[in-house]
Amino acid sequence: MGNLDNLDSATETDDTAAATSALTPSEPSASAYMRAYFNRVKGGESGVLPVVAGLLLVSILFQSANSNFLTAGNLVNLLVQAAVFSLLAMGMVFVLLLGEIDLSAGFVSGVGGVIMAELVKPATGWPWWAAIAVGLLTCAAIGLLQGSLITRIGLPAFIVTLGGLLFWQGVMIKIVGEGGSLLIQDDVVNNIASGNLVPWAGWVVMLVIVGLYAISAWRHDARRRAADLVAPPRSVTLAKSVAALIGGAALVLLCNADRGRLVPVMGVPWVIILVFAVLALWTFLLGRTRFGRYVYAIGGNVEAARRAGINVAWVRTAAFGLCSLTAGIAGVVYASRLRSVSTALDGGTLVLYAVAAAVIGGTSLFGGRGKALAGVMGGIVIAAIDNGMGLLGFDASTKYMVTALVLLIAVTIDALSRRGKPALR
Amino acid sequence: MTSPRPGTRDRENATDTATAETGGAAPTEPPRDDEPLLRLRGIGKSFGPVQALTDVDFDIPAGQVTALAGDNGAGKSVLIKCIAGIHAPEEGQMWWRGEPVHIHTPREAAELGIETVYQDLALCDNLDIVQNMFLGRERVNRGQLDEESMEKAAKETLASLAVTTVRSIRQPVASLSGGQRQSVAIAKSVLWNSKLVIMDEPTAALGVAQTQMVLELVRRLADRGHAVLIVSHNMNDVFEVADRIAILHLGRMAAVRPAAEFDRQIVVDLMTTGTSTRMVKPPTSAE
Repeated sequence: MGNLDNLDSATETDDTAAATSALTPSEPSASAYMRAYFNRVKGGESGVLPVVAGLLLVSILFQSANSNFLTAGNLVNLLVQAAVFSLLAMGMVFVLLLGEIDLSAGFVSGVGGVIMAELVKPATGWPWWAAIAVGLLTCAAIGLLQGSLITRIGLPAFIVTLGGLLFWQGVMIKIVGEGGSLLIQDDVVNNIASGNLVPWAGWVVMLVIVGLYAISAWRHDARRRAADLVAPPRSVTLAKSVAALIGGAALVLLCNADRGRLVPVMGVPWVIILVFAVLALWTFLLGRTRFGRYVYAIGGNVEAARRAGINVAWVRTAAFGLCSLTAGIAGVVYASRLRSVSTALDGGTLVLYAVAAAVIGGTSLFGGRGKALAGVMGGIVIAAIDNGMGLLGFDASTKYMVTALVLLIAVTIDALSRRGKPALR
Repeated sequence: MTSPRPGTRDRENATDTATAETGGAAPTEPPRDDEPLLRLRGIGKSFGPVQALTDVDFDIPAGQVTALAGDNGAGKSVLIKCIAGIHAPEEGQMWWRGEPVHIHTPREAAELGIETVYQDLALCDNLDIVQNMFLGRERVNRGQLDEESMEKAAKETLASLAVTTVRSIRQPVASLSGGQRQSVAIAKSVLWNSKLVIMDEPTAALGVAQTQMVLELVRRLADRGHAVLIVSHNMNDVFEVADRIAILHLGRMAAVRPAAEFDRQIVVDLMTTGTSTRMVKPPTSAE
């Protein structure tokens, strides 16, 4: 072997990472690993870096204009606000990965919230878990129905879900009653968005999550070493684990600071744990299972996926179902935060924010690239803009315009980074 | 579906190759003239009024590269699609290792050991080399993708084919050169213990060095004991790599003979007119 090396040397110009050669499994040094990482970033695989940079920029801008922005109270409030956008955006990632779009997600989440509220109200008297389960299952069924229309009959997703946007808004208004609203009196449901863990419990949960992350990272590396494959250097994995611990500690400290005005309010909000749980679940599904692999494959090259024997129609339908299911979770959180569901729920704006959040987070509108984490990060950016501009006293009209500009910037970055990629046919 | 079987087979293959290479590149399964890997007799296929293939007789032996040449519309694509299970021939019969077979779907072809590398490669740009090579046949361990075993098997297959130019097998296919992409597509086809690899214009979009790389890879496949059927317009490629040349003309098999019995002019004559006055032997000796 090796006799072909000289024939194809043109593609090996910046082969600084010789240590990571496919066929020589040696442990790369930390510096070589970092160099390879920066090469990947330059090559367009920037991951969450742009959105983190954007978040820093937004924070600096708002903090310099209003010193209330970076207070513990406002930041926690911002994260709770972001939860709805993040959840919706995580759902949207599934369909964006396929190169599709789901415009109905906003009102589907509304339908989920309304059904939950209707079942949990004292007159109906269902237990909270049953009400939530039925709401979520209804949403999943809606998604599967829309997905079936798209994949089995071959209708464009844009049209089917645009129809869904109108139809499910109608259904929502029908259930609530014209111009009305449904109050939620169940404590558990209301506590999803407004309840907090006691401070020590926040620490325990954080340590458990970080511990699980660190253990899985170490075991992953160990498996690769055992299989004689290139694994990231131990120092990098250790640094990542420590960074996760510092980040987690900062978050818990932030949440455990007293942010109440009249009565002390402290602790990690339940909804942050919920977002983390959904993030972990969908990250696993997309990254570690056949289904997730097929979602990426279909978004990359649907013909290749079909020839590989993948049941394309089923995977696409399921992705729409998962999008709507996640939207349902967002709807429950939204209802919980407002302690009610009203016909004023603006599913149109919500869904556009969700698409914006997913794209800002680094999901490609062209399909095949993105992660659940992108939805969460993008949701935080959207919430930060919304929250910061609220603090500065801007009205909704300016918020819309600024959010639209941020979305355009994100899509531009997406398009430009694709152009910077080498050897895209 | 089950994960261990392809892996063990693949490893056997890899060791076979190693011994074959040290022993002077002898094919693992010596081709026998009396029983080719795939035998076609009297194959006919029409699309409405258009007769695409008429009474085609064709043998594909193991351990050899068979080139299929022909002008546009001669029926090359239809013929390979009949073998790959995409079209069902209306007339004629096929024998696979001496057994009569009917191939109705690409999946049935794959189960027999027939893999096709299409012109547009059928790779996902956003997935890496390992993910592409195992696409649709991922190994799963307790519900999770078994990345380590897949990466290892992919690495071994690439190494056994001497595809050494890729920097990392975890880089997305989008970042590969045309020749590397073709190499990945070919490696993907042999990962499944295939016996016949069909390639549709594998060098059509490649530069000189990359064409060379792919042709050497094709040669190596045949030396490993695979039967290779390569469709090509390019006379240089055909004469460089093929052991046998088959020429289709207007849906009929004009000639199938060892490459040594052809020269360029004969091939061009056969492709354009179906006959050649320069023939060393009469066409009836083709079979």
